[in-house]
Amino acid sequence: MSIATAERPTAVPPSPNSSMVHGTLGRGLHIGIGLGAVALGALSWVPQGAPNWARWIVVGIVAYCIGIYTASRRIEGKRRATDRFVTAVVTCAFGVVAFPLVSVVWTVVSKGAARFDTEFFTSDMRSVVGEGGGISHAIVGTILVTLVAAIMSVPLGVFTAVYLVEYGGKSRLAKAITAMVDVMTGIPSIVAGLFAYALFVLAFGPGTRSGLAGAVALAVLMTPVVVRSSEEMLRLIPNELREASLALGVPKWKTVTKVVIPTAISGIITGVTLAVARVIGETAPLLVTAGLAQGMNKNPLDGRMTTLPVFIYYQYVQPGLPPEAGQDRAWTAALVLILMVIVLFVLARILSTILKPKGLR
Amino acid sequence: MSDIRTTPTPPTTPPTPPAPTRATPPTGDAPDPLTYDGPVGPMNGDRGMSEQTEEVVAVDDLRPSMSATDDERIIVRDLNIYYGDFLAVQGVDMDIEPRSVTALIGPSGCGKSTFLRSLNRMHEVIDGAHVKGSVRLHGLDLYGPGVDPVAVRRKVGMVFQRPNPFPTMSIADNVLAGKRLNSKRIKKDEAEDLVEKSLRGANLWNEVKDRLAKPGSSLSGGQQQRLCIARAIAVEPDVLLMDEPCSALDPISTLAIEALMNELKQTYTIVIVTHNMQQAGRVSDRTAFFSIDGAGQPGHVVEMDDTTTIFSNPREQATVDYVTGRFG
Repeated sequence: MSIATAERPTAVPPSPNSSMVHGTLGRGLHIGIGLGAVALGALSWVPQGAPNWARWIVVGIVAYCIGIYTASRRIEGKRRATDRFVTAVVTCAFGVVAFPLVSVVWTVVSKGAARFDTEFFTSDMRSVVGEGGGISHAIVGTILVTLVAAIMSVPLGVFTAVYLVEYGGKSRLAKAITAMVDVMTGIPSIVAGLFAYALFVLAFGPGTRSGLAGAVALAVLMTPVVVRSSEEMLRLIPNELREASLALGVPKWKTVTKVVIPTAISGIITGVTLAVARVIGETAPLLVTAGLAQGMNKNPLDGRMTTLPVFIYYQYVQPGLPPEAGQDRAWTAALVLILMVIVLFVLARILSTILKPKGLR
Repeated sequence: MSDIRTTPTPPTTPPTPPAPTRATPPTGDAPDPLTYDGPVGPMNGDRGMSEQTEEVVAVDDLRPSMSATDDERIIVRDLNIYYGDFLAVQGVDMDIEPRSVTALIGPSGCGKSTFLRSLNRMHEVIDGAHVKGSVRLHGLDLYGPGVDPVAVRRKVGMVFQRPNPFPTMSIADNVLAGKRLNSKRIKKDEAEDLVEKSLRGANLWNEVKDRLAKPGSSLSGGQQQRLCIARAIAVEPDVLLMDEPCSALDPISTLAIEALMNELKQTYTIVIVTHNMQQAGRVSDRTAFFSIDGAGQPGHVVEMDDTTTIFSNPREQATVDYVTGRFG
């Protein structure tokens, strides 16, 4: 005999098992509550005439959450009602988050499709004022700058993580490095850009702009991300594996290079990809360090180098004549940038699946 | 190590080994194969060098056949084991007989595993852990100056409580890990021979011979543990330490491992930590009982004797209580 049965007399005769029996919220009722919530949301703007989407969505969500809880509480009991309520809240939150994402992708694809043609990928912007032109120089620039940045920051980051996890222990140096990495994670990207610019001005004189300077700026932003993610992955490796190797008389450095890192490599690759994805879309630091070039520049050591984000920015603020041509180029370049990140993720996924230790879930 | 002995010296009885013509340790013992800068012994030396070091007598040559001498025993004297400032195990004096199984029993937290790990210097892998006292193997103090812990671990292998094959490696690579990772290049046929020999030694060959390229973690728990034993014996140690090797296994696999221990003790000195007193009774020749007076107190050896004596007629009342289940 539970309190619930006492409160809610039903046709079921009270029995020792009655606390284990409960009603079920039917599917029809569930859909009804959903439609009711939508209708209630509509009511919030209909009297005023024009549709108010924000109010519709907010009122609808709140009405649905309250409705499903009340109905479930009456039919199914308190614990199930709480479950329904939390499920409703989480589902709605997911919808709210997913909506802008879908919207962005849709906008970029629909607006970017206009210039998604061969000319766009094969030509650059040299002596283009109005229509036509392309982004081959910006694609090459993005790949070069990001690649050089990765070449600098990935070894640095992974080695730092190896030191922190395998050698640093609780030493003061390790603590200091961890603190510095945390600080570096928070550096605004424009500050990293100004740092790299200042560095190259000191070395090569005022007004120096090059792909390398841009890569240095990106490396400053990338390194802490690589350190953090590699550190997490290395810490996940069970100590038993290290001990198994050490107990075979394997020196520590071999244990790290042949046992620990290979076991963690798939996670490290994922972390590196995330770090690359983080910096590939950076605009501000590249604006000051790599600048804008109208033509192709394949030498990161010399001269301005255009990257996709900077290209998009300039096509937007200086679209040329007619302005629609420049704006179309900006949208398509944005689409290309998104596609590049997607390709990068797919590649990393494939690579980490291949390298994943077999037999580990 | 017997394949690399350099001089066919007849068995010599220590402590009068053939006097090396080169720098001799002050004790007059056999040349330290474990020291960094000592004579080029069988362990730290390139195998190709052995021709030039004829005066160096391989450790194995000091073994008279089957009869134990002080030089073959692992002799532990006044060993205090610390974690930072905390004294975990106090004053261990123990002689471990060669080519036999020695079991360490006692309640949880009494320092059996800690002691076991100090026998191949795995203890100090933990931050702040250190040891005072001496552990002598073949007359050499493993904690003496200039002794390389990495070389010690090649002589004193270890099997852990939970099977831990390397997840990135195949079954064959797991067996070869000790050799390969020690940057010894081995020829393909030699490698195959070693894999077969080690897996046969661990009674695993027939079960895995058709899938040597499969990952080690694809085996069952008991097979994984035998794979770990194969991996440990592939580096040809003298001593095999086992830290509760069966506690994660089912009775059938346990039986397989125990049978294996019986075979291995023909060749290796085995020290096993176990919580299972029947197991200690079944597999071991000698048993040491560890105990602890209370929380925060250091563990110590209560008594050590032949296994039959420990289980039938021990000297100490504490041992009687423990082995009959009245305590712990």
